[in-house]
Amino acid sequence: MAVNTTGSEKAANATSNVFNNAIREGLYAGLIAFGLFVLLVGLKTDQNIRNELVIVQRWGLLAIMVAIAAVGRFAYIAYLVPEIERRRRAKAAAPVAVSDEESFLKRNLNTIGLVFLFLFPVIVVMTSGLQGSLKWIDNFGIQILIYVMLAWGLNIVVGLAGLLDLGYVAFYAVGAYCYALLGTEFGWSFWILLPAAGAMAAMWGIILGFPVLRLRGDYLAIVTLAFGEIIRLVLINWREVTNGVSGISGIPKVSFFGLFTFNVSDPNYIAKVFDIPTSGVYYKIFLYYLILLLCLLTAFVTMRLRRMPVGRAWEALREDEIACRSLGINTTNTKLTAFAIGAMFGGFAGSFFAARQGFVSPESFIFLESAVILAIVVLGGMGSLTGIAIAAAVMIGGTEILREMQFLKLVFGPSFTPELYRMLLFGLAMVVVMVWKPRGFVGSREPTAFLYKRKAVSSAFTKEGHG
Amino acid sequence: MDEAAHSMNDPILKVEHLSMKFGGLVAIGDLSFEARRGEITALIGPNGAGKTTVFNCITGFYKPSEGMITLTRKGGEQLLLERMPDFRITAKAKVARTFQNIRLFSGMTVLENLLVAQHNKLMLASGFTVLGLLGLGTYKAASAESIELAKFWLEKANLVDRADDPAGDLSYGAQRRLEIARAMCTEPELLCLDEPAAGLNPRESAALNLMLNDIKENSGASILLIEHDMSVVMQISDHVVVLEYGRKISDGDPISVKADPRVIAAYLGVDDEEVEEVLVEVGDEQVIEQLDAEPDRAHGPSDSSSMMAGSVSDTISHSDDYGERITVSRSASKADQVDRRAAKAASTPPVTAEPVKVAKAPGKAKTVKPAASAKPATNVSRPTAAEKTRPATKAAPAYGLTGTVTSGKPAPAAKSGKAAAAKPSVAQAAPAKPKASAKPAAAKSVAGKPAAAKPAAPKAAAAKPKADAKKPAAAKKAPALSNTLKAPRGGKADRLILIKGIGPVNEKKLNQHGIYHFDQIAAWKKADIEAAEAYLAFDGRIEREDWMRQAKELAKQGATKPAAAKRGGRK
Repeated sequence: MAVNTTGSEKAANATSNVFNNAIREGLYAGLIAFGLFVLLVGLKTDQNIRNELVIVQRWGLLAIMVAIAAVGRFAYIAYLVPEIERRRRAKAAAPVAVSDEESFLKRNLNTIGLVFLFLFPVIVVMTSGLQGSLKWIDNFGIQILIYVMLAWGLNIVVGLAGLLDLGYVAFYAVGAYCYALLGTEFGWSFWILLPAAGAMAAMWGIILGFPVLRLRGDYLAIVTLAFGEIIRLVLINWREVTNGVSGISGIPKVSFFGLFTFNVSDPNYIAKVFDIPTSGVYYKIFLYYLILLLCLLTAFVTMRLRRMPVGRAWEALREDEIACRSLGINTTNTKLTAFAIGAMFGGFAGSFFAARQGFVSPESFIFLESAVILAIVVLGGMGSLTGIAIAAAVMIGGTEILREMQFLKLVFGPSFTPELYRMLLFGLAMVVVMVWKPRGFVGSREPTAFLYKRKAVSSAFTKEGHG
Repeated sequence: MDEAAHSMNDPILKVEHLSMKFGGLVAIGDLSFEARRGEITALIGPNGAGKTTVFNCITGFYKPSEGMITLTRKGGEQLLLERMPDFRITAKAKVARTFQNIRLFSGMTVLENLLVAQHNKLMLASGFTVLGLLGLGTYKAASAESIELAKFWLEKANLVDRADDPAGDLSYGAQRRLEIARAMCTEPELLCLDEPAAGLNPRESAALNLMLNDIKENSGASILLIEHDMSVVMQISDHVVVLEYGRKISDGDPISVKADPRVIAAYLGVDDEEVEEVLVEVGDEQVIEQLDAEPDRAHGPSDSSSMMAGSVSDTISHSDDYGERITVSRSASKADQVDRRAAKAASTPPVTAEPVKVAKAPGKAKTVKPAASAKPATNVSRPTAAEKTRPATKAAPAYGLTGTVTSGKPAPAAKSGKAAAAKPSVAQAAPAKPKASAKPAAAKSVAGKPAAAKPAAPKAAAAKPKADAKKPAAAKKAPALSNTLKAPRGGKADRLILIKGIGPVNEKKLNQHGIYHFDQIAAWKKADIEAAEAYLAFDGRIEREDWMRQAKELAKQGATKPAAAKRGGRK
């Protein structure tokens, strides 16, 4: 009983101490803020109508800023710090054995994700109707999955082989134009042109790979960046073939292996075949499943390759190129296969992109695209497929969802267009993730072989590669 | 049986006339040696001798400027390694290597590291990925087999329970073992190890010895080894090649190499003073400059960007004859110094055990002609000649110079003065001096000197190179001091460093000469001071710092207080 009272007294003492402390700190913060802002914010020079320099006094604004600083500091010291302390102590006190068993969600993340992805169109159609689902399937589902595929393709080059490639969008462009040109000129089917586009992109991957084999790090990045720009400039300027900046339109739609098509005028239009109401959503749903399968193919091949000698050689190359050579690995071929296979998936994604848009122009293949794809790979955690998929969903989905946030206009005024701030959001997300998890969402690495027990390799040991 | 013996002795690796130049720097000059099958060949030498460069040439990381490297496979197939790219050397010629600074794939598990090493085999089995990707072919079986091989080497390296941990997580010694295991997973015929024992503690080092011996005996791989740890080299190697400044200075079994005076000189170095003496004699201009004034910036380490930068760089001089080419000056090689000294000693008339204690400035400043005269001998035999060559007026300013020099290092001022005076003639004489072959000359030098009365066993030579091969100083000079003791009284010497001006080095020297106690120093007479100064290479300092008075005071204190208390008080 006595112990109890002293304990509570102590606690009361501690709280009053914390509060005293917090009030003092808040006052200091307010003082400092006042000192900093009194001239910067409190006074403002301006011009009046007669072009005279006048001083405008803004004491109200100054007071708000000082109050924010003081209250913020007070809240931080009084509530946030003790809370963090308490959590840390609780964590330290918690038995270790509990953390051994991963949560159900964590264990089955991949399965749950896959099931969700396959059910996504059904869910959306059921909740928002045929027409309403178009936006969700096209702008979110397909868009995100294209980036997932691109990022998984680039992951082979950057994440596994450690070759920093800033011109990855070039292969995307090669694939897109391959389908656009051959599809419009010769009317070849998507199913023929998909592998052709992949092969073409792989060839360009090798063509790029050869001259840059000896480059590493920054130098490699610059040369690949230049390669991406060269492809784009060729597309702009080779008007006879690519139609320049106007781009190529009227790219044929993909058919379901010729069994039924998605052109309303065709005799075997899907609505006619299945006797359902005419809608554009069918094509989008079809494209959604198509890109989902392409993504799964990419993931399957990547995972399979990692367990093959070539995949291990890629990772070894990332870890230490000289050691690789000392073990008899032909690093030239290894790098070229990484470039080629990465480019191939870029080419697949490109031809899909062309089929989906029905129109390609060089504008779609600017450097920013390369940067976004690379950012997704880095954010997701280099080498990790799950992490990259999450990063793509967050980054692409996040920027898309800004369009939906019309309520922000109520806060910031009617002239506020949230989608213009997507790059800001992108940057902010990158900074936050890099501070919180410097190696991306999933920093650890799954070993490709094990003797007794598969243990993830901590990101502290893996290297990023030197180019 | 006969054939087996034959195959055991044929060289697996033959390096002939190998040269490696980096720009103008000659890292390896005309090196030839052989490594025999089934043996452990060690390549040793001081830092910057070019050992790792030899390795890099053998394993294809460098393309040698000249020379031929022939590797003979078990089947008798001969491969010229200098013509192959590095990865083919491992894949085709079956030469594996490790690195001086460990190069593991730290983000991959220990097992994965060993699987990467079996890349080529697995690549074939997986049909260059295509068949393996489709799940066809023999990849699965080959994969299981490769894991078995990895497990075998993990057991050998005692790492099997860490197989699933990242390689970067292992301790340093374990990483070293893993690197060797990884190299062995390429199933090499020649294993090149670059300082495998570096950074290992004695226990780990012993375990490494066992592992290497096991590899030699059971895996059929021959080993080429760079090592600094002499315990490893001497215990396990069958054959030792010693490099210095890119040239071979010795080659043979460990015992003979150990006794080679050139190796000893290259490793232990010659006494600083002696180096200077020799350099001055042969007219090394840099040393003379150094003694005269500040070291030349142009020879400072910062100007050398080569991998041999550092201590070696200031022994490299640009010679006009070769234009761009940089050569290591002759005097830089310690082994060469031994040669030269041996040659000199051989041509010196034997000196009887006469105390050459009056090593004073005029005595030491001997003339250079005849250039091949040995030092201590000349000191006595030609004092007058020295006087003749150098006018007395010159001696005085030379003396004045001493104050500045001695403060930096105990180089005798007389010598520096002499160096300056002798410079022109010496510089000319040096290149003309013939370079004698080492061994017979060394033997002769030993015979020619008084100290050679000792049995000139190789062991003794190894242990005390200075004593018999170079400087019979201690034995001869000791009688010069009047009050020496055989051993400290009561088995405990006074701490002479308490006297201002006596450092640990000089304390040791004094102890060697039988001075152990303060009262001994306090009782010194003028002759004693002179003698002490002569071999401490101090002149005037004993008087200037008034060691005797200090010693007297300390002796008095010592009489009243116990030594331990004094030591404590001092601290």
